[in-house]
Amino acid sequence: MRIGVFICHCGSNIAGTVDCPSVAATALTYPDVVFSTDTMYACSEPGQDAIIQAVKDKNLDGVVVASCTPRMHEQTFRRAVERAGLNRYMFEMANIREHVSWIGKTKDLNTGKAAELVRMAVEKLRRNRPLMAKRFETTKRVLVIGGGVAGIQAALDCADGGQEVVLVEREQSIGGKMAKLDKTFPTVDCSSCVLGPKMVDIAQHPNITLYTCAEVESVGGYVGNFQVTVRRKATHVDWTKCTGCGLCVEKCPSRKHPDPFNENLCNAPSINIPFPQAIPKKAAINASSCLMLTKGKCGLCAKVCPVKCIDFEQKDELVNVDVGAIVVATGYDLFDWHKYPQYGEGRYKDVITSLQYERLLSASGPTGGHIKRPSDGKEPKNVVFIQCVGSRDKSVNRPYCSGFCCMYTAKQAILTKDHIPDSQSYVFYMDIRSPGKLYDEFVRRAMEEYGAQYVRGRVAMIYPKGDKLVVRGADTLAGTQVEVPADLVVLAVGAESAKGAVQLGEKLRVAPDQYGFFVESHPKLKPVETNTAGVFLAGACQGPKDIPASVGQGSAAASKVLGLLSKAMLESDPAVSRVNPARCVGCGKCIQTCPFGAIKEIQDRFGNPKAEVIDTVCQGCGICTVTCPQGAIQLEHFTDNQILAEVNALCPPKMFANFE
Amino acid sequence: MQIFNLADADQGFIDEVEARSHQNVKNCYQCGNCTAGCPYTFVYDYSVSQIMRLVQTGQKDAILKCRSIWLCGSCQSCTTRCPNKIDVARVMDVCRHMAREEGYATERSVKIFADSFLESVERHGRAYELGLMASYMTRSGRVFTDVDLAPQVLMRGKLPFKPHPIQGREQVARIFERFRKGGKNA
Repeated sequence: MRIGVFICHCGSNIAGTVDCPSVAATALTYPDVVFSTDTMYACSEPGQDAIIQAVKDKNLDGVVVASCTPRMHEQTFRRAVERAGLNRYMFEMANIREHVSWIGKTKDLNTGKAAELVRMAVEKLRRNRPLMAKRFETTKRVLVIGGGVAGIQAALDCADGGQEVVLVEREQSIGGKMAKLDKTFPTVDCSSCVLGPKMVDIAQHPNITLYTCAEVESVGGYVGNFQVTVRRKATHVDWTKCTGCGLCVEKCPSRKHPDPFNENLCNAPSINIPFPQAIPKKAAINASSCLMLTKGKCGLCAKVCPVKCIDFEQKDELVNVDVGAIVVATGYDLFDWHKYPQYGEGRYKDVITSLQYERLLSASGPTGGHIKRPSDGKEPKNVVFIQCVGSRDKSVNRPYCSGFCCMYTAKQAILTKDHIPDSQSYVFYMDIRSPGKLYDEFVRRAMEEYGAQYVRGRVAMIYPKGDKLVVRGADTLAGTQVEVPADLVVLAVGAESAKGAVQLGEKLRVAPDQYGFFVESHPKLKPVETNTAGVFLAGACQGPKDIPASVGQGSAAASKVLGLLSKAMLESDPAVSRVNPARCVGCGKCIQTCPFGAIKEIQDRFGNPKAEVIDTVCQGCGICTVTCPQGAIQLEHFTDNQILAEVNALCPPKMFANFE
Repeated sequence: MQIFNLADADQGFIDEVEARSHQNVKNCYQCGNCTAGCPYTFVYDYSVSQIMRLVQTGQKDAILKCRSIWLCGSCQSCTTRCPNKIDVARVMDVCRHMAREEGYATERSVKIFADSFLESVERHGRAYELGLMASYMTRSGRVFTDVDLAPQVLMRGKLPFKPHPIQGREQVARIFERFRKGGKNA
């Protein structure tokens, strides 16, 4: 074999602490290495051309590049090697930047380590063999999980791009958190008026199938060919017949359970349509409070229903969907502020969350859009807003900034003045974070035009005095303690990962971070991809986000999906497991251990059981390789022999060392 | 107000406060929750969050001369509220110790009271109220402090004329001795 080695300087990134020419000289002494050089930027166009030229001039049949992490440029160099006429798997990369130059300061130690890493790569490359990718067809259908604004945008863009879309939403209606908002910043336009048309589009788009009251039960398969099972929960209403007339909602006598759409500010009937613009506008029965379903008597809804669509016997239904790509847009939930003793832990009725305040402001909310405080229904005059409740607080394990609270608090302060002109708002803040188009101007307007009193400091206690709540906080700019007698206290609660996100992540094989938000493939360059091919992220499930950012990500995820499904065939990575039938004893241990169900049992021509790998399903994790008692199943491109050769290169067996 | 040159920050002071309090003052992001909860803010010259800021910027003089560290009641309200889990009361405590070691006692009467109290404990193994009172009043010159409470306290027998030495008085005295040997500037 004829191997060429290229040691990259990466400007001063590597050359600063590694003697690259010396590494190149050392590499020339390794077996099969016939050419070795150092280069300023191997990834640059001249750098790649030099590799191609060397392959041709020196008649090389394998290339080692010692540079950065393979995550950065492995594809670049594989393509370069391919352009030189070699198989793309006749290439190895040694990471001498992240693993050497960036972490060690001593130049001669670094140089030695770099040379050893190159030696490992050479030893592995000597045992590489050309591999060919398999091609397979894809299912031209997309699953979007979550019908908030990000999911809606992703679904519409995919559908407009000509793909079939299945949109799955856990709640009864799509719309998500945005549907609960009264107005949006920084334009103060009506939230449901902007979102409404998009929701209607979802319902009417010929390419979109909508399942609400539904959750993803299981996910199998791989990019291009996922098999998904969706659980459609029993609504006890036949939605094919229901017209959404609302007669049942009017007549339902059981109105004792809190209304989740109105953030538990009021009660809802047991059969309900959550809000006037709901999509689909169909009624659903809450099984835990319905008199008929809990006690077996009532059935009033069934009697009044003009189309007879009430079905108390309805059961959950499982639907199987085959899709080629999945967009996760499961959004966020609100931090549970009851963990804070200083805000009363729920003892005071007039301490509410910002989302509850949105419902009080909303014309479709429980007060018809008139601000009335929950305790006695009085119109509040002094409203205190407390920011960073469950954000930027290590003591409650929420050290991150939720990003949008500064803005919605400014909006709510403005709306308070609009609703009650003789009111006064006070905002306790730590810092104002308003980096967005027209955002900071908006916050200034809340202060300058609407007279909101911004106080820089946190609140240490709230205590009742008469029918008021006294809020005691700090004004750190004045260096004093301050008190405000408040009629209503609004907590700007932060965002946390949606309930059930971690469990869904397990089904999708998408990793959550330590707070339950899904991890993107690269924080800057692959913001909507995940490390599972074919699964994309949109909106706040990846991290707290405001509406414009969520919509932008929804579109971004859709463009990734369309790009993926626009290809007629996809190529699978050939670095997958392969069974040597002569050695396989058919014990089936690999079948049991494979996390992807990628190995099946077959029979050879004598009727003996043997294992066989399904190429397109195998993810190349290598668990089967270490399980097989016979060493019969090997991971291509990472065979036992290749890994042992690398280990031997690093720590030569004693015997060899003695001979040398 | 004086101008403080930020480049003059006394890093040695910052390091010493951090080492002696076992706290990282850089964790403080100046939210003001300590000030908001502090029951003594009304008598302070610098609020608690300002003290933390002065420590962060290494303004040793301002801290050691200030009144607040002497008036702190060590109620731990600041420590309880701190979102960054800084033991703020302990930082205050350390600053007070350091001020004392450097010969500052901006609130002289507080220092006198603490001294009188500790002397009383050293001598009797517990506080002897009348002796403590006498010592404090003579040293501070504040003869009429709380004198209006005397009749009530006397009637309830809370102000005995003779000290009540406890068992193990010598051991208590030895603690003081040991501290003087080991510690700096008792």
